[in-house]
Amino acid sequence: MNPLLIVILIVFGVAALLTIVRIVIGPSILDRAVASDVLLTEVICVLGAEMAINGHTRLLPVLLIIAAIGVFGSISVARFVAVKESRTP
Amino acid sequence: MSPDAVGLDAVLDLVSLILILLGALLCLIAAIGLLRLRDVPSRLHAATKPQVLGLILICIAVSISLREWHVIAFLAAVVVIQFATAPLSAHMVGRQAYRNGRLDAGSLVADELRDAGATDADATSEDDDEEGDGSDRRRGGRSRWPAR
Repeated sequence: MNPLLIVILIVFGVAALLTIVRIVIGPSILDRAVASDVLLTEVICVLGAEMAINGHTRLLPVLLIIAAIGVFGSISVARFVAVKESRTP
Repeated sequence: MSPDAVGLDAVLDLVSLILILLGALLCLIAAIGLLRLRDVPSRLHAATKPQVLGLILICIAVSISLREWHVIAFLAAVVVIQFATAPLSAHMVGRQAYRNGRLDAGSLVADELRDAGATDADATSEDDDEEGDGSDRRRGGRSRWPAR
């Protein structure tokens, strides 16, 4: 196995683990929203890297759909926070 | 990426792998920034780097690795859509972080929202207007964006 592939694997894995740590310990829900956005971006990057390494195009529609609708998670969380927290004095 | 690639193919595959490694490093930097920075806007600053630059690097890597025109067209659409939607979520999260006081006020160089007079009450009423949950009475003939 190409050593570069192993390095890529380790870097992606460590990044995902650190992001999950922030999702778990994040003090506010906005921190968790930001961290889950990063995790979604890492999913897109991993899918693209898998396509480039294995040389197929089956995951292209998945990339397009995640890029298009992944934003709604953060937006709906931000709206929810607006209703719940901005009215407390 | 065929294992028996020779010459130009091998070079292009290597370039593709290096670009993927750079994208993975950007993801790692974002994760480290998420853990080390202190408040929501700082973490947002770290988080939005791989959303655009990392995705571009990965898409260039896929284009170089596969070398087909329809793949490049598809990936261009992916990048354009990510360009359009990534600032949306960052804007919404950053605005709510400001309104909920989830930011370290001591680290701000300039607070233009406070200077513009966007108090919490104004922010709340604007918010209600957007949601349309029966709070139109608050506007009372005011314009959508009150003069300040």
